[in-house]
Amino acid sequence: MQKLGDFKLPHFFNYPPYFTLQPVRETSEKQIQLWKELILDYCRIQKIFVIRLEEEFPLFSNSVVERTLSHEAREAFLSALVAEGRAEWLDKGRRNCLILWHRIQEWADIIVNFVKDNGFEDSVMTVEEIRSGIESRGTELQGIDRTILVRALKLLEHKGKLAIFKGTSTDDEGVKFSV
Amino acid sequence: MVKYSREPDNPTKWSYLSMLQNLEQKKSFLISRKKYPKLIAAGMSNFFSKAEVTSSGRPVLLHNEVECHLLSAVDLEPEDHRHFSLLKSGLLILTTHRLIWLLSSSASTPTSASAIPLAAISHIFSSKKSLKSVFHSPRIRFQVLVSSDGRVFDPSSGSGSSSGSGSRSVVVTAVIRGKGDCDGFLVKFWDSWRARVWETTKISSSGSGSASGSGVATGIGGGLYSSDGSVRMVGVAGILRKEQEMWESTDKSLQDAFQDLNALMSKAKEMVMLAEKMRQKLLSGTSSQTSGTNDEDMGSKEEMQDWLLSVGIISPVTKESAGALYHQQLSRQLADFVRIPLERAGGMINLIDAYCLFNRARGTELISPDDMLQACSLWEKFDVPVMLRKFDSGVMVIQNKSHSDEEVFARIKSLVTKPEALRTGISPTDAAMTLGIAPAMAKEHLLTAESKGLLCRDISPDGFRFYINLFPEIDPCNMYLVKVPWKLLF
Repeated sequence: MQKLGDFKLPHFFNYPPYFTLQPVRETSEKQIQLWKELILDYCRIQKIFVIRLEEEFPLFSNSVVERTLSHEAREAFLSALVAEGRAEWLDKGRRNCLILWHRIQEWADIIVNFVKDNGFEDSVMTVEEIRSGIESRGTELQGIDRTILVRALKLLEHKGKLAIFKGTSTDDEGVKFSV
Repeated sequence: MVKYSREPDNPTKWSYLSMLQNLEQKKSFLISRKKYPKLIAAGMSNFFSKAEVTSSGRPVLLHNEVECHLLSAVDLEPEDHRHFSLLKSGLLILTTHRLIWLLSSSASTPTSASAIPLAAISHIFSSKKSLKSVFHSPRIRFQVLVSSDGRVFDPSSGSGSSSGSGSRSVVVTAVIRGKGDCDGFLVKFWDSWRARVWETTKISSSGSGSASGSGVATGIGGGLYSSDGSVRMVGVAGILRKEQEMWESTDKSLQDAFQDLNALMSKAKEMVMLAEKMRQKLLSGTSSQTSGTNDEDMGSKEEMQDWLLSVGIISPVTKESAGALYHQQLSRQLADFVRIPLERAGGMINLIDAYCLFNRARGTELISPDDMLQACSLWEKFDVPVMLRKFDSGVMVIQNKSHSDEEVFARIKSLVTKPEALRTGISPTDAAMTLGIAPAMAKEHLLTAESKGLLCRDISPDGFRFYINLFPEIDPCNMYLVKVPWKLLF
């Protein structure tokens, strides 16, 4: 089984037409579907939150069959993810894409569970601590993308589960939970 | 129901007369039809000679026969009602040897035709211009020799000369109801009849036989000059001289031909013979130098051969000779011509290639691309074995009606599932070699197969290749489930 780092690649990854954007509708729908799943899986396992189109992305090339996805193909697959709500373009030029292998709502639920598991119901934490604190080690929150975290927190704030406030230093924000 | 002649807006004394005349004829014809239906059927086929027709409905021309003129909607009526032969509303084609009559309808392709050899015609009446003739459809009347069995005298059949040749003659009238140029036709009719081209063919074929005979006879004796005074061909000098004379006559022949385009038309047959001779020469040339020739020479010699062979058609259908039916006849002629190139190209040929080949074969009287396109489009209306097809990419091809896409796909599928192809796919060139057609045509087939979901494409620095479509085999909910073929390949 071929691997890309720790990630197990499916067999069809070595099927050369997989790397060429198919014109025929039925075939192309299937192809797009497969790529969407693959991108989400890969990002989830490798904890990748942003794909930058102008940089090398290991998943988009296969050195065994010597094929690489064209820029057009990459944009097509990522746009499909965006349309499904599993990704978002970070800029108008569509050069950077935020991958939501968990939706924002799912992240919000994870944060709530994290708070409950660690008994932080009424305490205060900084955003950075949620990301890289001792308690978050080994959980999905470890190393979470800051943008996503803030979005999830804002969603929870909207629901009244916490309050975000500016911290004493200018570079970090604090969160008061009231879960 | 009795039909009246074409004078609906002119109810004058003359039209009444012609109505009466027609009535008389029709009455006797209808009565005899009722009384002797079987005889009618027999009589119709027995009076005129039979003429052969190609699968596209064009008459098969004899050796050396050239078409001169064509009229549509013509009735042929022998004035002797005993024979009951009345050929109605057909195409009348005048050639150097015969008058051919074809049943013409745009819906069906004629399978047989009738003909009158010009040799059987003893007299052509000049057209009488009378007041009556102004209101009638124009008529051409001529006298035809009839042999003892009641049929048109056929000089090519052996029995004609001995058994009462031309014992009787019958006047035949050709009534031209169509819009053709009747006077022009009559002039050409006179010309062709007087030219007696069918006789010169016989003389030349028998003449060459006697010449070779005398050559052999005088070869035995010695001396440079033969008994009749001509220079004898003997020894190396003789061979050289013979070559020289042949080249001179060829040269002169070419010069004569090119000076006058009309003369070129009649020399067309000679040109084809010349082409044939040169081809033979090439063939003998290549076979004698097997070791010394390199690949390039062989290639260009074969090219030359093919080029010469493509000079094929002696009697191009021109706007002049076919008038308003130009596109119809052109269409049928094109259908005939394109059969052989189609076979050689494996059943499908690019429209542009066909256009070049056709024009090259015609030599002079070239057709425009528009004419070509119109001629091909007319095939839908006729029952010809070829059709025009436009691919999604815009490429237009001519293919046999019997061509089956399914069959081609089956062949592509078997090619693309071979072990090597499963790993590396196929290119249009590979497909072209397997299918026996041009690479451009092969690519069209591959693209069509792709659009049907049979193949998918792979574009890379290696080029444009096609693989068998395995996407349907992959289950998106179970991507790591491996089905047998995958395991073997990847």
